Amino acid sequence: MKFTPAITQRTGLSTRQSVTYRAIAILLSVVGTGLVLMLFGLNPVRVFGAIIEGSMGTPIRIHQMINSAIPLVISTLGIIVAFKMKFWNIGGEGQIVMGAFGAAFVAYRLPDLPQPLLLLLMAVAAAAAGALWALIPAAFKAKMGTNETIFTLMMNYIAILFVTFLQYGPWKDPARAGFPRMPDFSPNAVLPNLFGNNIGWVIAMILTAFVYVFLSRTKKGYEITVVGESPETARYAGMNIPAIIIVAMAVSGGLCGLVGMIQASAIEKTLTATISAGYGFTAIITAWLARLNAIVALFVCVVFAMLVQGAAFIQLSLGVPAAVAGVVQGTILLFILGSEFFIQFKVRLPERRRRTV
Amino acid sequence: MENSAAIRMENITKSFGSVVANDAVSFSVNFGEIHALLGENGAGKSTLMNMLSGIYRPDSGSIWIDGKPANITSPGASIRYSIGMIHQHFKLVDVMSALDNVRMGIGRHSGKGRTGRKKAAVEIGKKAESLGLDVNLSKKVYEMSVGEKQTTEIMKVLHRGSRIVIMDEPTAVLTPSEIRKLFDIMRRMKEQGCAIVIITHKLGEVMEISDRITVLRDGRSIDTVVTRETGIPSLIEMMVGRRIDLKIERPATKQGEVLLDFDAVTVVGPDRKVALNDVSFKLREGEILGVAGVAGSGQKELCEAISGLTNAEKGRIFFAGENLIGKKPSEIISLGVRMGFIPEDRLGMGLVGTMDLVGNVMLKDYRDQKGIMLRRDLGAEKARSIVEKFEVLTPSIYTPVAKLSGGNIQKVLLGREIDSDPRLLVTAYPVRGLDIGASFKIYDLLNEQKKKGVGIIFVGEDLDVLIEISDRIMVMSGGVVTGTIDASLASKEEVGFLMAGGDSGGFD
Repeated sequence: MKFTPAITQRTGLSTRQSVTYRAIAILLSVVGTGLVLMLFGLNPVRVFGAIIEGSMGTPIRIHQMINSAIPLVISTLGIIVAFKMKFWNIGGEGQIVMGAFGAAFVAYRLPDLPQPLLLLLMAVAAAAAGALWALIPAAFKAKMGTNETIFTLMMNYIAILFVTFLQYGPWKDPARAGFPRMPDFSPNAVLPNLFGNNIGWVIAMILTAFVYVFLSRTKKGYEITVVGESPETARYAGMNIPAIIIVAMAVSGGLCGLVGMIQASAIEKTLTATISAGYGFTAIITAWLARLNAIVALFVCVVFAMLVQGAAFIQLSLGVPAAVAGVVQGTILLFILGSEFFIQFKVRLPERRRRTV
Repeated sequence: MENSAAIRMENITKSFGSVVANDAVSFSVNFGEIHALLGENGAGKSTLMNMLSGIYRPDSGSIWIDGKPANITSPGASIRYSIGMIHQHFKLVDVMSALDNVRMGIGRHSGKGRTGRKKAAVEIGKKAESLGLDVNLSKKVYEMSVGEKQTTEIMKVLHRGSRIVIMDEPTAVLTPSEIRKLFDIMRRMKEQGCAIVIITHKLGEVMEISDRITVLRDGRSIDTVVTRETGIPSLIEMMVGRRIDLKIERPATKQGEVLLDFDAVTVVGPDRKVALNDVSFKLREGEILGVAGVAGSGQKELCEAISGLTNAEKGRIFFAGENLIGKKPSEIISLGVRMGFIPEDRLGMGLVGTMDLVGNVMLKDYRDQKGIMLRRDLGAEKARSIVEKFEVLTPSIYTPVAKLSGGNIQKVLLGREIDSDPRLLVTAYPVRGLDIGASFKIYDLLNEQKKKGVGIIFVGEDLDVLIEISDRIMVMSGGVVTGTIDASLASKEEVGFLMAGGDSGGFD
C-alpha cells in the first residue's frame, strides 16, 4: 500500500501548545544526538557533560563563552531587523568586516585621543561603515528591485578581500618583519572590561532591548513589519517603501558594523581579514531559531555559544574528532528547526493504514 | 439522462483544525449532465471539489467514480480517474504554446518526439472541432485573450482523457458574450457524454446552464434539485437558510459640490501598456458612482491614480479643487481620500494577514501619532470600536486577521476606512466572497456614508448590484470609458454591451 501521509496547515495553535511543541523538540534533539553519539561508540552522558563543562566549567571558560556570545547576539539583532522586512541580508560578514575597518581607521589615525572619546568615535565609524556596506544593496533593491540575497553575499567577498589587501599591503605592520599583520591598536582603542568580560556584553544587552523596542514599539518598526508582510498593503497605506528599506538596512548594517568594532577592539586588538569569523552567517541560523524576536535571540545566542565552545572542548577532553562536534551541533539544529514544520502543519497517517493496524 | 453515476460521494467529512468544512456531504453527478454546485463562500464547495482533484483527502466517507470505489490520493491519481479540474486562476505556462500546455505532463500518451507532437496536434484538433472550438495550437499563452486561455484549459483536461470536468467559477473573468460561447461548449461536451460540475454563486447562470443543482450551506448538503423545477428565490433560501428581501436601497440624496474631477487622465502600466486612456468623469458629494467592467479593464489603475499610487502620464485629477497629481499617497490619505481596494485574495492590498486587528486598523493613521513611538493602545481602542460598530466576529482584537472569515475581514477593512470619516471612499469588490447577509450589511454601510455626503466610487462585478446601488454607472473596457449611464434607467444588457467595448468580445 502506498504510504502518503496527509499534510494540512494548522489553524489556531495556541501559544501554550507551540511552546510545548518546541520544548519537545529540544528534548528530542538531545535524545537524537545521544543516539547518534552512541552510534559512534561514545557515551552521550559524558559528551553532554563535557559540553557543559567546556562552556561553563571554569570562570575562564564562562568568559570565553560570553566573548563568543557577544558578537553573535549583536549580529543576530542586525539580521533580525533585516529579516523582519523579509530583506534577506546575508551580508552580515561583510558588514562586520567593514565595521572593523571603520573602527581601525579611527584607531590608527587618532591613537592618542582619550579612551572614551576614541572608543565612541570608533563605534560611530564602525556603525557608519557597516551601514554604508548594507546601504549599497539596499539602495539597489529600493530603486531597481535587485535581488538582495546575491548582492549582499557578494558584498561579503569585496569587504573581506579589501581588508586582506590592507593586511598584506598598505596597512602591514613593518615591525613584524614581513609577517602579514596589521599593527596593534593603542591601549586607548581597546574596550575596557567589566566583571571580567569586555564591556561588549553590556552593549549587547542594551542593543537587545533597543532592537526589541524598535521593532515592536516604534512607527518605523511597525512600517518595517508591514513592508515585510505585505509590500502591496504598505503601498496602499501610503508608506514610502524605499525609505523604509533604507532605514532598516542602515540599522541592520550598523549593528553588524558594531560587531566588527567590538571584535577588533576587545578581542583581536587589531584589524584582520578573518575578524567576522562566520558570525554573520551563524546569525542567520540564530535569528530564525529566535523567530526574529530580539529577547529570545539573546538566549538562543548564549546557548549557541555554549554549544560551539563545548564542541571545541570535547575534541580535546574526549579526544573525539572535530566532525563529532559538528554532528552534535547539526543534529540539535535539525530537530529544533524541524519542529517548526510540525508547528505549522499537521501530519496525519492515512486513514486506511490506521484501520488495518 | 444516462443512468451511470460519474461521481458519487457519500457522507464526506473534512475538517481543518476545529473548522468542519464538509460535514457528511453527499453528492452525485451523472455522465451527460451539467451539475451546478451552489453555495456561498465558505459553504464548502471548493473543499468538496478539491477532494475529487486529489488536493485534499476526506477524513471519512466514500467516493465512487464511474461506479467503482475510488481512493484519490493525489492530483495524479485524480487524472487517472479521468477527472479534470479547471481552476478559476488558469494553470498555464505563459511562454509556451497552446499545444505544449495541453500536452504538458502527458507527452508520452501520444508518443515521444516530433511524431508524437504531430499526432497529438491532430488528435487535439479533431477533438476541438467536434466541440466547435476554434483553437490555434501554436499560439503562445501570453498572446491569448482570457477566453482563449480558458479554451486551452478545457482542451487540456479533455486531452488527458477526462470525462469528468470540474469548473471553478469559470465565468468570473469573462464578458457576457464570452460566457455565452463557453456555455455552448459546455453543452456540446455534455452531449458527448461528459459529466460537468460547475462551481458558482451566480444564480442566473446556474438557471441557464445546469440540469441539476446541489446547494451547500455551512459545510452541509442542503438539497439537490432539478433546475427546471426550481427558481432563484428558493435557491437563495436554500443557500442562506432564510428568506431574503433582495432589494438594495438607493436613497435619494441631495448631491452637493463636485468632489472629484478626472480630467483626461492617461495612465501607462508597468508593462508599458496604456491602462487608462483619456478618462474623464466627475463625482459629486453624496453620490455613488458604479464602475463596471471585465476584470483588468483599468479599474485598478483608476483607484491607484486617485490615491497617488500610480502616476498619471497625462491629465489632471481634482479633489475638492486641489490637483492630486504629484501628491504623495500619504498626503492624499490626509486629505480624506480613503480607499478600500479589495483584490482577489482580499488580504493582499488592504490588510496584513499575519497582523492582529490592532496593527491593521492603525495602518492609515499611525502617522498622525506624535513622536517616533507607536501607541498600540490607541489602535486597540479603535479596533474595539470597529469590532463593536461593525459587528466583527473575532475571538479577540489580537487575532491575526487572516484567521477571520471573509465577511469579517471585509468588515475590518471597510470599518477602518469608514471610521476615519472619509470624504471620498473608493471601494472595489467590497462584497466579493461575502455571504448575502453580510453583503447587505456592506451596502447599508455604504448608503449610510452616501447620506452623510461622502462621494463613493464603487467598483463592482455583479451588474444587478451595481444597477441597484449606484446613482450612475461608468463602464470601462480596455482602459477606456465606453459609456456612463443613469443607473435607474440602465439595463444589464446595455451595461454588458458597453463592457465588451461595444463589439462582440474576443472568445475566439
